[in-house]
Amino acid sequence: MAEYLIKNGFVFDPVIGIRGDIADIAIKDCKFVETSEVKDPKVIDAAGKTVMAGGVDVHAHVAGPKVNVGRNFRPEDKLFTYKPRSGVERMQGGFSVPTTIRTGYNYARMGYTTVMEAAMPPLYARHTHEEIRDTPILDQGAYPVFGNNWFVLEYLRNDEIENTAAYVAWLLRATKGYAVKVVNPGGTEAWGWGLNCENIHDPVPYFNITPAQIVKGLIEANEYLGLPHSMHIHANNLGNPGNYTTTLDTFRLSEGIRPRSKFGRDQVMHHTHVQFHSYGGDSWANFESKAPEIIDYVNSHDNITIDLGAVTLDETTTMTADGPFEHHLTELNHLKWANTDVELETGSGVVPYIYSPSIKVCAIQWCIGLELALLAKDPMRVFLSTDHPNAGPFTRYPRIMKWLMSEEARNQQIDSFKYRDKVIDATNLAGIDRELDLYEIAQMTRAGPAKALGLSQIYGGLAPGLDADVAVYDFNPNEPYAPDDIETAFSSAEHLFKTGVQVIRDHEIVSNGNKRTLWVNAKVNENPQVMRDVREKFLRYYTVTLNNYEVSGHYLPNPYVIEVDATQ
Amino acid sequence: MSRTVTDVICPFCGTLCDDIEVVVSDDGRKLHEVYNACAIGAEKFLHSQAKDRITRPRMRQDDGSWKEITYDEAIDYTARILVNAKKPLMYGWSSTNCEAQAIGSEIGEVVGAVVDNTATVCHGTSLIAVQDIGIPSCTLGEVKNRADRILFWGCNPAHAHPRHMSRYSIFPRGFFTGKGHTARKVIVVDPRPTDTANVADIHLQVEQGRDYELFDAFRVAFKGEQLPDFVAGIPKEKIYEAAEMLKSGRFVIIFFGMGVTQSLGKNHNIDAAIAVTRDLNEYTKAAIMPMRGHYNVTGSGQVWGWLFGFPYAVDLSRGFARYNPGETTANDLLRRDEVDAVLVIASDPGAHFPFSSVRKIYELPSVAIDPHETPTTEVCKVHVPVAFVGVEVGGCAYRMDNVPIETRKVVEPPDGMMTDEEFLRRVLERIKELQGV
Repeated sequence: MAEYLIKNGFVFDPVIGIRGDIADIAIKDCKFVETSEVKDPKVIDAAGKTVMAGGVDVHAHVAGPKVNVGRNFRPEDKLFTYKPRSGVERMQGGFSVPTTIRTGYNYARMGYTTVMEAAMPPLYARHTHEEIRDTPILDQGAYPVFGNNWFVLEYLRNDEIENTAAYVAWLLRATKGYAVKVVNPGGTEAWGWGLNCENIHDPVPYFNITPAQIVKGLIEANEYLGLPHSMHIHANNLGNPGNYTTTLDTFRLSEGIRPRSKFGRDQVMHHTHVQFHSYGGDSWANFESKAPEIIDYVNSHDNITIDLGAVTLDETTTMTADGPFEHHLTELNHLKWANTDVELETGSGVVPYIYSPSIKVCAIQWCIGLELALLAKDPMRVFLSTDHPNAGPFTRYPRIMKWLMSEEARNQQIDSFKYRDKVIDATNLAGIDRELDLYEIAQMTRAGPAKALGLSQIYGGLAPGLDADVAVYDFNPNEPYAPDDIETAFSSAEHLFKTGVQVIRDHEIVSNGNKRTLWVNAKVNENPQVMRDVREKFLRYYTVTLNNYEVSGHYLPNPYVIEVDATQ
Repeated sequence: MSRTVTDVICPFCGTLCDDIEVVVSDDGRKLHEVYNACAIGAEKFLHSQAKDRITRPRMRQDDGSWKEITYDEAIDYTARILVNAKKPLMYGWSSTNCEAQAIGSEIGEVVGAVVDNTATVCHGTSLIAVQDIGIPSCTLGEVKNRADRILFWGCNPAHAHPRHMSRYSIFPRGFFTGKGHTARKVIVVDPRPTDTANVADIHLQVEQGRDYELFDAFRVAFKGEQLPDFVAGIPKEKIYEAAEMLKSGRFVIIFFGMGVTQSLGKNHNIDAAIAVTRDLNEYTKAAIMPMRGHYNVTGSGQVWGWLFGFPYAVDLSRGFARYNPGETTANDLLRRDEVDAVLVIASDPGAHFPFSSVRKIYELPSVAIDPHETPTTEVCKVHVPVAFVGVEVGGCAYRMDNVPIETRKVVEPPDGMMTDEEFLRRVLERIKELQGV
């Protein structure tokens, strides 16, 4: 394996605690090592440039059935976006829902090396893994959804945590999944009848359980197993004015629970795309930001992490396992609507959406996403995301960095809004002068998400022993720069190494890398009741047989298995 | 002695039954018996055992006779016609696995081909409608467990998807549907009195080609507005009755087939059908699903979706993917003389395309990759027999509701036979040699 030495860059790394000092980074055998350990390295001159670990995305919809619905039903998303094959790059197209090939390349161009698929319907796990296999460069894992699963609803109705945990372990193995994802708990099951659960105490039809019981039970089952990541939730009532109370109620379900995991995370709940859950008012007319109330809670409770779901003001494609929400959205914007309800497990919907700066609500949403980041006290617990592609495509991360790092850039945007004054009245952003630095950006995009995922032993930093994922950006933080320089530099890494392999050289993709698929194999005590229930449900209610359900190894050509032992 | 393989997936239609049992000889070389499958599915398995099966590639001679050639020669021929062509057509893909489809896609990229699948003469119009208006749908298990109103429009599962009605739609007892068919109402819309129509509570014998009017009439009836005395040959009382039956259900599912996708109106019919489904969601819960034909036509649309962003009719000849049905669809290209070589795999355009298209295939350098002798193999220059996917080799396939299932290998192919995937992989290698990349 080649040795590399990245010399004289301005290094930003929360793991080793270095804040822009000049340092050398050495790579040997896929890992970072002490500079003294490399004998005859290839030298990369990073003088005057920024060096950071490879980015880690904790939440994006990049592979699987609903993503592909988004691609196939939006030919217009490919207009003017196609790039022919050249060199090692295959052809690639799409803007808000890019092809798998483009997904891999575009993340790499931004210096990202690890991306988690945020919602995998278990019955469609094979599809998700086929797409992950065809996404170059990136290490990926996928979160199977549990919050509307009939097994979970029936076990938690009777408070059976151990059985829930055994089922979770079984399903993670069957689907080769990474974490416990919860989307609109109970609400998507209700959507099977065209209904919804609008708050955490709204009972699920027939199943006689509340969303609160589902969430609390899944947190406890997650900690019973001690999984690498915490329970990862998209709460009830997404996208509605006044929903911040539901969000706070959901947060409170984690109170008093501490992590029981040896993977180094501190949280027991990760709440995703919180921008969509921080709304005040009781109609679109008096819609307003409640980001301060939400982030105050997060700031004062260290067992919670969040990601932003920041709106980027683009035309995009919304997609979620929150089936009733997508129906609500198509009623609002009258654009095409796809929906798939999945037997015994979940549902999903897809609707295109245009976040127009000329629409007051969209501009307020944009403010809320940025407020959450700028009011956060601990950037190690608040992560940059757009809930790709829901609030905007992931390719806009560098633009969000620009907004977070420059008050001037924010004010330019605010001044261009059609309803500028009304937007300022309904939000707090105009009064915030904080500008994040690159160290904080590295916390929000590297060290923080890696730690929350329970992967700080391999990702998120430049310390010796970690996987050699590192990006060099053509950006000198010590020279004067315009806000747009930030976006330009972080959109196109000059060099990128993924597990020690150089995949970008001089801004060009030179290798399809050595991608891996991460999944969690949790061992539990034998549980005859759960296995009996599994057999019965497959016999009576599923339309595939139990023996045809498990995703076999050939879908994961390069797996990275994280073993968890929960047998006692 | 023999042994039984269970949980076998049937590689025939989009129903993709996965409860087949197959009895094979102990050495796994002979397939003796098939259980649980319908007549068509069983025949597909048993056909692999045919004594007169072609097991080696063949090339057509000038006098019209076949000459046996080696797989290496077939690989070289296939690679050369694709490399030498300005714009080859690679058509079919619907009866093979996703692994082969993925390699085929890469070949298409490398040689600048047009790739198209059987949706082009089937549910391609549905795919266009989905691009217009979306599609509220569900998995077949949702139908089994919840649906109490079943509407079949322009399809005849009793013959085309024989186990559909018992496994998923009319008869099964599911979680919320413990009474099976006795608690379900069935409506069939079809100009013909079919065997499916025989089990319906209401059969609307629509005038041929008038489906669009009838869909619209349903939308009017849902709103309680006035209809003329007859629409599409159906008295208005019957339309109101059927509309009320749908609205009063707790979960409505609409299945539709070629009767509406390829009759007058085409994609516009499906626009209207999906609009009916959207409207029903104002009153109750409703979903709609195309009755996909080949067992993995859905899969090829998925593979091209994630690789190119389009489900069929993908033109890669300019170095990037373009999609324009009517221009980049197989029949239009053939009949306008816009392609100069043809590769057909896992489908039979010889039997299903218009004669004017088939004649073009006959006139061009052409190769057919198919386990069977078909009308297509009769018009192609080279026939490459391959192992049966789902019988002699496994691999991924997508059911009509897009659920992916991994098919199984149950028996060995005849000695020395290649699979689709192996053959295409070798063709890709040979193409790269010829191109010097």
